[in-house]
Formats: sequence, structure tokens, C-alpha cells
Amino acid sequence: MSITETPAPPDEQAEPAPLEVRKTPTRKRLVPYWLLLPGILWLIVFFAAPLVYQASTSIQTGSLEEGFKVTWHFATYWDAIGEYWPQFLRSVLFAATATLLCLLLGYPLAYLIAFKAGRWRNIVMILVIAPFFTSFLIRTLAWKTILADGGPVVGVLNSLHILDVTSWLGITEGQRVLATPLAVVCGLTYNFLPFMVLPLYTSLERIDPRLHEAAGDLYARPATTFRRVTFPLSMPGVVAGTLLTFIPAAGDYINAELLGSTDQKMIGNVIQSQFLRVLDYPTAAALSFILMAAILAMVTIYIRKSGTEDLV
Amino acid sequence: MAVHETTENAKTTAARTPNRGLRWLRRHIITIAGLCTLGYLILPNIVVMVFSFNKPNGRFNYQWQRFSTDAWSDPCGVADLCGSLGLSLQIALWATIGATVLGTMIAFALARYRFRARSGVNTLIFLPMAMPEVVMAASLATLFLNMGIQFGFWTILIAHIMFCLSFVVTAVKARVMSMDPRLEQAAQDLYASPVQTFLRVTLPIAAPGIASGALLSFALSFDDFIITNFNAGSTVTFPMFVWGSAQRGTPVQINVIGTAMFLVAVLCVVVGQLAGKRRKRS
Repeated sequence: MSITETPAPPDEQAEPAPLEVRKTPTRKRLVPYWLLLPGILWLIVFFAAPLVYQASTSIQTGSLEEGFKVTWHFATYWDAIGEYWPQFLRSVLFAATATLLCLLLGYPLAYLIAFKAGRWRNIVMILVIAPFFTSFLIRTLAWKTILADGGPVVGVLNSLHILDVTSWLGITEGQRVLATPLAVVCGLTYNFLPFMVLPLYTSLERIDPRLHEAAGDLYARPATTFRRVTFPLSMPGVVAGTLLTFIPAAGDYINAELLGSTDQKMIGNVIQSQFLRVLDYPTAAALSFILMAAILAMVTIYIRKSGTEDLV
Repeated sequence: MAVHETTENAKTTAARTPNRGLRWLRRHIITIAGLCTLGYLILPNIVVMVFSFNKPNGRFNYQWQRFSTDAWSDPCGVADLCGSLGLSLQIALWATIGATVLGTMIAFALARYRFRARSGVNTLIFLPMAMPEVVMAASLATLFLNMGIQFGFWTILIAHIMFCLSFVVTAVKARVMSMDPRLEQAAQDLYASPVQTFLRVTLPIAAPGIASGALLSFALSFDDFIITNFNAGSTVTFPMFVWGSAQRGTPVQINVIGTAMFLVAVLCVVVGQLAGKRRKRS
């Protein structure tokens, strides 16, 4: 098994190598290529080539003892989708819910920092970035304590009969929060919230506060000002924030593993266990290829729809 | 609008007081919501800090038992913990250096030169940031596996440089692009050689971008779990240690190190801010 065995489409091989432009061999012309060479080579060898490799692995069959061979076995894809579609669906659902919650929770905070914090701005900013400084695994484990069965949070939710409602909705089970969808979504929201707040803040901060005054002078109520002026102008931040939240959340397996039960496994958990425990490399490759394709498709459509293509 | 009319008509203080409360709430609703979110963000850090003084009964540090400073007086008392921390710091340092050098070079090429395959390079920089980590992790591990490369320090380092690169390029490129090109022309008009111009003008102006790219790389590499999980083999970094301990039993020392990291970082930020303020004043 080597790279040369991987059948590449002929037109890809025929494409001219972009880095070897030798039309005018003056030293100056070559400067950008020398600057690019090491870094781009690194990305080609350790990022792009592995993806091609992954694609070839996904259509291989074989066993660990005899080795794997490319047999164009596309059935792996159908089997993988057939067996793991619930995890795929759950990943998209959890990630979308967490992204929406991040937007709802993060917007007021970003707004607060941008317009209301005044001289407290730097301190609030430090508090937003500060959680990054403690390993996120330790912080995720802290949620196990916060949401523990006999803990204060569960106690309060229980006495207010909120847990009855949520378990009727199917997002918690009985008198527990841990090992339920609610716990996993809560962890995902928590982990990716700063990735929403920071781009939102950046785009809100650029808004000229006089625009708010102008809207007020034109008899717009605060709600109307927000809907017609502030929110549209913060759209780049909303798009960037949702992407930065949704993409990692969809592939995450840490929250589902630490805060969920076997019923909350996401697609990341499946890929991880197929690759590192079951050692079924073709299935792991096919699953991660499907995940990549699905996310790239969703992101492309989303960027087109929201009309901020200059983001990239 | 009925509520409005009644308040207009009844101007007694008794009727006004609850209304004033409501109005205050309405005016400050965003601030309150923002502070609630901030609380949600900070809460786990407080829990980590408090539980670093816990003395748990079993192997897991999830329930409060009683106050103790045992873990603080012996932070390396758990086997492999401080070793994994050292390894993580070492990998983060080398990954930062590697990614910053390679990324800065790419950023300068993109910001300063016109060349072929520009959009291709841009896509190649953007894709790693738009890819779920687990996909990159699995595909890179497949490559190493098939090449017969032994997993360990070097495979982790290669992977970390790979995913930090794009972030450095983005940070540095933004800074170099916003730089006034006339400054360099002025330097050359004053007979500075290209090397002198670069060292005395270009580099100092680009420095904040390079620094923020490097800091981001360090944080990303030090805290990375998913990509390391796939490419580490039996090598244990600090996040890998924490992950393993979630299965075997969480020592209090993990919280001590988490808290210490937090305090050191916050201290650095505060000192940096104060120094910046003083420089501005003078």
C-alpha cells in the first residue's frame, strides 16, 4: 500500500504545478514562491494529501492481518449511512441547537461589551477570554459537578418542575440532567460560546453609535433600531460566529462522551471508536468523508444565502 | 397601550413604583442578559477553582467533601501528571515557533505579492479552519499509519504545526494588509537596504499580528485534544491525561493545575494591560 497505488483521475495529474513558474527567472519574481514553499508544502503533505488518502482508504477492503486493498468498495458508504444515520442526525441537531443557543446567549454579551460596558470593557473582555486559559477538558468535567444528580442545579430545576417538562419533551430523563441530551447541548453551547461572542463583538464594535442616535431621532423605537440598524450591520459577525460554532460542534465527541450516555453518541464518537478502538479504518474514513462533505455543503449554502461571500 | 394610559392618569407614587422597576428592567435587560451569559461562561472556572481545595472520598473529584490544601502542596503528586504537562508545553512551544515562521512567510507572500495560484493558496489556508477537527485528525493518522511512521512526539508536532498555520496566516495577513506601504517606500528613499527596511520598518509594524498569531498557536496547541488523540499513539499530553483520568478517576491535582494556569494567564493579561496604559500615558 503506497500513494502510487491510489488511482488519481488523469486530469488532476495533468494540472501544471503552480509553484514552478519559471518564465522570468529574475530573483525578485521568485520571492513569493520561496516564501510560500515551506508552509504550503507542509499543508499539502499533512493536510491535503491525507484527505486524498482518506478517500482511498474509504473504498478499501481487507483486514488488519492481511492489510487493506483498494477494491472500489463503495458499499462501505451505504453501510455506514445505514448504520450510523441516527448519530449523523443527532450531530446536526445538537450542533444546530447549540449554535442557536450560543447566538441567543452571546449576542447580549457582545452588545454589552461593545456599547454598554464603558470603562469595564477590558475587564469583561478578559473574563470572556479567561476560560480559554484553563484546559477545556477540565472545564467540561466541571459541568459534571454542576449538573450532578443531587446538586443544586438539578434541585432547583426539580422544585420548579422544569425537569418534568423537559423529560416530557424528551431532552432529559427522570430526575437527571447528566447523561441526557440537555447536558450534551449545554456543554457544547458552553464550549463554543466564546467563538460566537468574539466575532459578534468585532462586528458590533465597528458600528458607529451615532447610527443609533439617528434612528432614535427618526422616531424608531429601540426594538426597531435593533431590527433595522444594529442587527443587519452585525451580520458578518453572526455568520462568522455561527460557522465557528457549528463546524467544531458537529464534529465534537468530547461533550457527548463526558456529559452524555450511550444514547447521546454523536458522529465524532463513532469515528473515534471506529478508528482507535474497532480499528475499522475504511468505515472511519467513509464516515469522516461524509461528515466533511456534509459540512462543506452546508457551509457553502449558508454563506451563499447570507450573502457574505467576502468572508473567505 | 392600556398600561401606558393608566400610568399617565394615575400619578400616585404607589402606582409609579412597580412601573419604575419594570422600566428599569426594560432599560437594562440587555445588560442583565449579558451578565447572565458571562456568569455561564465563568461558572465552570469557579467550580474548578473551588474543587482544587476538595478532599474527595473516592477516585473522582465531582462531589464536595471537605476543605483541604493537600493537592496544592503536592501538585505533582500524581504519576505522569507533571510529565504530561511538560510535554504539552514543549510541543506547544515548538509548534508555535514552526507555525509562526511558516505562517508569517505565507502571510507576507499573500499580502505583498501578486502571483499565480493565489486563490488556490487562499483556499488551502482556509480549509483547515473550516474542517471539523476529527476529519483532519483521522485522515492524518491514516497517512502516518500507512507510511509506517511511529506515533509519538513528532507526529503530534507535525499535526499541531499543520492546524496552527492557518490561524497565524490569518492574523499576520490582516496586520500586514492594513499597513501603509508608503512607510517602506520612505525607508527605501532614505537609502535603507531591503534587509534594513524589513528589519527596521516592516517587521516592527507586523509584530503585533505575529505576536497574536503566535499566542493563538500556543493556546490552540497546548489545549488541543482531538487531533492529538488520533496522532499521539501512547504518548500522553496534558489534555490526554485529563481525558484518561475522566475514565480512571480525576485527581484533585488536575484542578490545581487548571487553576494555576488560569491565574498565571489572567495575571499576564492584567500586567500587559497596565504596562500598555502606562506606556500610553508617558
